Amino acid sequence: MIDILLRSAPDWALAHAAPLLVMVPLVLAPVLALVPSGRIAWFISIAGTFASLIFSLILLAIVQAPETSGVVSYAIGNWLPPLGIEFRVDALNAMILVLVSAMGVLASVMSYPTVVAEIPKEKTSLFYSAFLACFAGLCGVAITGDAFNLFVFLEISSLSTYVLVALGASRDRRALPAAFNYLVMGTIGATFFIIGVGFLYAATGTLNMADIASKLPDLTGSRTVQAGFAFIIVGLGLKAAMWPLHQWLPNAYSYSPSFVTMFLSATATKVALYAMIRFLFTVFSPRFAFEQAAFNAMLMPLGIAAMIACSFQAVFQTDVRRMLAYSSVAQVGYMILGVSIGTVAGLSAGLFHLLNHAMIKGALFMAVAAVVLTYKGTNIRDFAGLGRSAPWTMTAFAIAGLSLIGVPLTAGFQSKLQLGYALFEQGWWWAVILVVFSSFLAVIYVGRILEAVFFQPPVNPRKTRKEAPIVLLVPLWILALANIYFGITTEIPLGLARDAALAAFGPGMFR
Amino acid sequence: MPAFLTALNPGWLLILAGIVAIFLPMRRIRQSIAIGAPLVGVALLALADQNVNHLTASVLGLDLVLYRVDGLSFVFGLAFLIAALLNAIYAWHTDDRVQDGMALAYGGAAIAAAFCGDLMTLFIFWEITAVTSVFMVLGAGTRASYFASMRYLGVQILSGVLLLAGIAYVYHDTGNIGLQVFEDLAAPGALLIFIAFGIKAAFPFLHNWLQDSYPKASVVGAVVLSAFTTKLAVYAFARMFPGQDSLIWIGAVMTCFPVFFAVIENDLRKVLAYSTNNQIGFMICAIGVGTPLALNGAVAHAFADIMFKGLLFMSMGAVLYRTGTTKASELGGLYRSMPWTTIFCLVGAISISAMPLFSAFVTKSMILSAVAHAGLPIIWLMLMFASAGVLEHSGIKIPYFAFFGHDSGKRVKEAPFNMLLAMGMAAFISIAIGLPAVIPGLGYEWLYNLLPYREEAMNYQPFTFDHILTQLQLLVLATFAFVLLKRFGVYPPEKPGTILDTDWLYRKMGFGMAQWAGTVWGKVGPAMTAVFFGLTGRAYDRIEAAFSPRGELARGGLTGAMAVWTAALLGLVLLLAFITVG
Repeated sequence: MIDILLRSAPDWALAHAAPLLVMVPLVLAPVLALVPSGRIAWFISIAGTFASLIFSLILLAIVQAPETSGVVSYAIGNWLPPLGIEFRVDALNAMILVLVSAMGVLASVMSYPTVVAEIPKEKTSLFYSAFLACFAGLCGVAITGDAFNLFVFLEISSLSTYVLVALGASRDRRALPAAFNYLVMGTIGATFFIIGVGFLYAATGTLNMADIASKLPDLTGSRTVQAGFAFIIVGLGLKAAMWPLHQWLPNAYSYSPSFVTMFLSATATKVALYAMIRFLFTVFSPRFAFEQAAFNAMLMPLGIAAMIACSFQAVFQTDVRRMLAYSSVAQVGYMILGVSIGTVAGLSAGLFHLLNHAMIKGALFMAVAAVVLTYKGTNIRDFAGLGRSAPWTMTAFAIAGLSLIGVPLTAGFQSKLQLGYALFEQGWWWAVILVVFSSFLAVIYVGRILEAVFFQPPVNPRKTRKEAPIVLLVPLWILALANIYFGITTEIPLGLARDAALAAFGPGMFR
Repeated sequence: MPAFLTALNPGWLLILAGIVAIFLPMRRIRQSIAIGAPLVGVALLALADQNVNHLTASVLGLDLVLYRVDGLSFVFGLAFLIAALLNAIYAWHTDDRVQDGMALAYGGAAIAAAFCGDLMTLFIFWEITAVTSVFMVLGAGTRASYFASMRYLGVQILSGVLLLAGIAYVYHDTGNIGLQVFEDLAAPGALLIFIAFGIKAAFPFLHNWLQDSYPKASVVGAVVLSAFTTKLAVYAFARMFPGQDSLIWIGAVMTCFPVFFAVIENDLRKVLAYSTNNQIGFMICAIGVGTPLALNGAVAHAFADIMFKGLLFMSMGAVLYRTGTTKASELGGLYRSMPWTTIFCLVGAISISAMPLFSAFVTKSMILSAVAHAGLPIIWLMLMFASAGVLEHSGIKIPYFAFFGHDSGKRVKEAPFNMLLAMGMAAFISIAIGLPAVIPGLGYEWLYNLLPYREEAMNYQPFTFDHILTQLQLLVLATFAFVLLKRFGVYPPEKPGTILDTDWLYRKMGFGMAQWAGTVWGKVGPAMTAVFFGLTGRAYDRIEAAFSPRGELARGGLTGAMAVWTAALLGLVLLLAFITVG
């Protein structure tokens, strides 16, 4: 399929895929603000995200093609790096770009009914405008090869995210303090990041990530570089919801419009985690002694703490979205644990789980969005008996829930298996036990909902047979079936994750 | 002939038809499908070339052969298809979507299992027969049938699980999941598969599910059940364990022990269930002998048994349908009101008794000859004893107590026409394949022509002087014995009661022990529970205090706490860098 894409794409698309991927949504975003009708805005946002998906697939095809060097480098405005801004795509961020844009397409397809229900009519086009800006920002973070440019895109996505979260206020006023908290904390994170970049600039005199990477090995003793490392890791860790810097996430996820929750859960923390991996493995290197220490004494314990503590917190939640939000933090813990192993196997397990978790949480929050749309409540009590009144939605929810637990024949099982292999290889067998224990907690919190959905009588028996609209069900089932399909054959996602991990490590890529 | 038609396993066709039938409310259309599907299946089977893999697939690295016909599976598949057709005709007067559909799917699964070429596919259809057949027992709708069906399901699933475990062993040891002949039972994989097959074939001590469930099944259900499950196991043994010595003794014991139970049993359908055991025993014993003659005998006898055992179950089903009982003590004298059923039942009874000119004679004599040629005198004597026993309990007892004997005074209508038609067809086949081949290619030669070792089969002469004489002596003496015993009142009279079989061990003693353990647990349990909950309760309180929405982790100024955490982590990373780089 990838070959067909390469052969059929026109030359201009092949040559300029990288900037177009970001520019199309970024230009469409202000245009959308002027569009009067929400429905047209919806179509445009689908078109914009879809265009990005095509470009990201082209980039993936070029990167994966055997005859290329595996890297696409694009100098913006023909200002050659390291002076100019460079968009640089390798197997690692090609995978992230495909993930973000595919989730963007699915999210925008399903968005319209929930947006109509939750957003005031006059703000609909503005809402879509913010969404596309956020989407463009996330793509930009993933694609850029310039550290300062990464900060800019991070801010583009973050600022529009604050707006998106705050727009949940018409459904629940608590969205406003949630958005404000998120703004303050997100700004702390972004500030830490830019301070770190500043330190690196001071030490190396360049902002191009590949250039920084080539200069760093001689400067490992420099306190400036170490301080830069500390600021960058903590700043990006906050954005990626690394425990205990995750506290903005549960509120933001539970009070924002349900479409926003779905999109953010599948992309935002993933992109931040990508940026962290990029800095940990490509700009810095696990060979640096201070980074190895950070792996063993910080990332690994924090990953495990997230896995356990947030799973416990998820067990006690009464609100389904809040519960899923805590579960997201726990899942980020798995990924960080995989990353902290510091081997190719560990990193690819972490990235593999990143892919699978995007599908899992995307499907779960999509199903929750459907329930919010048709039944209004997000409390577990509101889910009682829905298995009978909305069987299609709830079956997809159950599939994704089982995948979240890690039941065999689902994608979640495969990624936990890979994580287990990587941990065993490193000799961290005790961590495998903790992963299993955390999965057991997942059985409890997912089981609670499934029990309510399928085995309890409905709270309001008069609301019989109310399924979500078809535009919601189709993306939902695409994700649910993907969970099963990738649970049976792992070739595609695991291949992507392995290539990505190799690219993150690879010597020929960034140095 | 389009290729996709020859690649279609007739079993799959029946399963698909069964699924359609379950959802089809129009009764006559549904039943027409149930009758039409086996007919189309026979046509498909006739067109399929033998010894060719018609349909293969590769799933998860396993090479599956989904449709393959050869001499052995052809006979079983044909018999199953005919049985499915007869069952559908027999069920014409009922209106039960689930039973119609499930019966069709059950037969289809058995056929598909016979026509598959690898262990994994066999396992899948093995399980489908288990799950679909349980509805035959459930269909009766009584409380007893519910419990019997649950026990039945448990045993069938156990067989499937053992089979899967065996397949896993075999695959691990050899990397081959094709159908293969296992010679050494010492290998755990082969042994597990052997036991799995043994459960379905109702080996001694593994047989109770059969006597438990068949008599409690619905009128149609018992007929359907009698055709497939045990014969599928026979096929599997013939395929994978031919010449396995232990089967000789197992088969011989199987032929003998049911005789005692069957003679004293009061429920006539249960008598038939025991007689099923006994007939399977002949086939298993022949498979154990393993010579071409013996295997031919086993296959031929399976074919004949599907017909006459089905016929007997049909006749008892007709009796049950009209009188509401099959208890010998409540029946008798029905020949006046059900003459046709009586005649068909007699045909079945004579067939199973292996009277010359009836089917079992030409099939069983092959088995007996094979045992004699193999030089196994004790086995031969056991089989002869069992043959006499068959005559006693199936040949005489069934028709005698149901249709003759003392008059119960019941005056009922003759069985519905569709039942008579199905019985008539089964009776026709039972007679037709037992006739001498006056016209070459018909009579018994028609059946012999189909057998896997065709040369040996065509060279074998069933109607020799000594065969006929031996068999007639046996029959006459056994009949004489029955008459004598009856005359002097020694023959066990028909009276209600429960016969204890080995399932008493788990249904009464096991249950009692479970009850006793439950009582003890009821005393000890609460104390342990109190201690356990005391400990876990305290742990739970701690966890809840920390993690719940009102817990410690969720308290405090959010933004402030986060800022502090951020600073703390920054400090940590800096400290680590400071220490390590020093």
